[in-house]
Amino acid sequence: MAVTLSENAAKHVSNYLAKRGKGVGLRLGVRTSGCSGMAYKLEFADAVTPEDIQFESHGVKVLIDPKSLPYLDGTELDYAREGLNEGFKFNNPNVKDACGCGESFNV
Amino acid sequence: MALLQIAEPGESAAPHQHKLAVGIDLGTTNSLVATVRSGLAVVLSDELGRTLLPSVVRYLPDGGTQVGFDAQEQQSVDPRNTVVSAKRLMGRGLADIAHRESMPYDFVGAEDVQGAQGMVRLRTAGGVKTPVEVSADVLRALRARAEAALGGPLVGAVITVPAYFDDAQRQATKDAARLAGLSVLRLLNEPTAAAIAYGLDNAAEGVYAVYDLGGGTFDISILNLSKGIFEVLATGGDSALGGDDFDQRIFCWMLEAAKLKPLSAEDARLLLTRAREAKEYLTFHGVAPITARLNSGELVDLKLTTEIFTEITQTLVAKTIQPVKKALRDAGLQVADVKGVVMVGGATRMPQVQRAVGEFFKQDPLNNLDPDKVVALGAATQANLLAGNRAAGDDWLLLDVIPLSLGLETMGGLVEKIIPRNSTIPAARAQEFTTFRDGQTAMAVHVVQGERELVTDCRSLARFELRGIPPMVAGAARIRVTFQVDADGLLAVAAREQTSGVEANVTVKPSYGLSDDEIAGMLKDSMAHTKDDAMRRALKEAQVEAQRLIEAVQSALKSDGELLSAEELGRVEGAIAKLQTTALGENRRHITLAMDDLEAETKDFAARRMDKSIRRALAGRKVDELKEFGSHGENK
Repeated sequence: MAVTLSENAAKHVSNYLAKRGKGVGLRLGVRTSGCSGMAYKLEFADAVTPEDIQFESHGVKVLIDPKSLPYLDGTELDYAREGLNEGFKFNNPNVKDACGCGESFNV
Repeated sequence: MALLQIAEPGESAAPHQHKLAVGIDLGTTNSLVATVRSGLAVVLSDELGRTLLPSVVRYLPDGGTQVGFDAQEQQSVDPRNTVVSAKRLMGRGLADIAHRESMPYDFVGAEDVQGAQGMVRLRTAGGVKTPVEVSADVLRALRARAEAALGGPLVGAVITVPAYFDDAQRQATKDAARLAGLSVLRLLNEPTAAAIAYGLDNAAEGVYAVYDLGGGTFDISILNLSKGIFEVLATGGDSALGGDDFDQRIFCWMLEAAKLKPLSAEDARLLLTRAREAKEYLTFHGVAPITARLNSGELVDLKLTTEIFTEITQTLVAKTIQPVKKALRDAGLQVADVKGVVMVGGATRMPQVQRAVGEFFKQDPLNNLDPDKVVALGAATQANLLAGNRAAGDDWLLLDVIPLSLGLETMGGLVEKIIPRNSTIPAARAQEFTTFRDGQTAMAVHVVQGERELVTDCRSLARFELRGIPPMVAGAARIRVTFQVDADGLLAVAAREQTSGVEANVTVKPSYGLSDDEIAGMLKDSMAHTKDDAMRRALKEAQVEAQRLIEAVQSALKSDGELLSAEELGRVEGAIAKLQTTALGENRRHITLAMDDLEAETKDFAARRMDKSIRRALAGRKVDELKEFGSHGENK
């Protein structure tokens, strides 16, 4: 079981964390909501909780709660540019279908 | 697949619920839009990677518009329909605009300036346009850029305005945003935004100077930060001094050094461009090579050193220090009181400017953020907070202040300040007023802005009337006037007569406003005239008092005149006449003396009237009733 960051994503996360001045890493998760059932959680993490499952990718600590992990296993978080827009993108092999914009998904 | 940003812990937005907010620096020459991405403020660029958007709009005959670089390119070809620097016209009437004749525009009503009402309007190929519409077109372009970059509609924007912008100019800016389909979260003072970008808002408290040298204008602001409130202590500057003047100096030096004959317009433009490039090159190098092939075939080949550049621009740099000194003086502060200096505007990149500012303030200025972007970055930070994207512990709210006191006119043309200058906004204050004459049924409310004691020295913002006050004796009506300033510094005034409940109100939306120089001048005036004003106020008060005394005596004579002998009546009338004449004069002492005279002449009369009314009150009462009445009094 693993979740990884692309090199580009890791670079951006490290940069944001440095500018923010605090935080131990990145927290990923899923929760139920949205038009297709589930939605991603992408947050700065200020503390590690006991049940967190930890990964390390390109020097960035990634924290995931055990309930979310099955839905995220094998995911690579990438940083992408689309036209003027830029941001993080979940390349998640578990997704069966997603809503039009991909913000929520189904497994 | 949507592109996501990293949220603060526990703050992940639900899908399609991202609170996208931007900060906009709506500049005279260039505008920018910025946002906070994954906790970091960034300026958004266009398809070609350009961050600046020239604040230029060209109106085409088919009703289309060109905005930004496209419009700027056409400026020399189609000056009449290409509007630049619309910010200078915002909230202004035709009569307010200096050098109107040197502008290429076709002003509506230019043939009759005095008769022209409201904000200026320009006739263009695309129809008549107000500066608000021009600014709205610039904002619309920025909004489109932001929505493309953020992938969704914006919940709102923070737009920056100069600290000296008055109510009319702020309202005009807000109207432009509304016209562009932007919801304004807050208008923010530009120097305050710059301070926020440097994180001064959550750093130490104290006094900060914001030195803003743009392309064509220079502004200095002295801010005081205390308990999360930014107070603008003083502003100053020069509305015709900027980076362009430095280019001009290099241009003149080139003409002399290369011994050039008078140039064609095209050659002059080419050399000015080379001058600007040399200026920018010298920021990082000691010598700038300048080469240009003129239309005449002549080759210009020069080397501009930092030393020469510094020397030929010395007077320009010195010209910025004068307003800085003045602003400090206005704020009543010394150089040593200033805790930090923030540099804003591309022209502050020049090393000699940095050096001069550093030497004056005896400290290195803050310059590690891009001076062209710092205002937009600060606005974005504020927008992000106001949109509700807060980190834990970040739940402070930045407060701004009103730049000039708001008040209303009272008897004698005096100003009663309701909300003093530098009050934090939003603010609401109420004060009770009363009627001056018996049976007065209406009251005119005249709202003014300024620091001086007399209405004629302040800016008139609005007038309205409260009608339907029930007739009462003078001083019996209770009229509560409420002033309310919202978070953007815009004013609403309401008046309500307490006993009858009649009310009237106005949202101050003046047709045009004050010029920067006027505001600066008004602030200066108020300090210079404090003593003078106090004396004039005292005089006015004496005059009003005299008038009231005369009216009181006259009304008493009317009802109880028979209590006086013909001779006494003559003396009282003589004293009234004397007071009436002195009250017209300018000598307060004489007015007071004449009032004393009249009071002395009417003392007996007053006593007799008192007796008469007591007799009237006591008539038909029993003696024990009176005793009881008296003993109650003693017990107290």
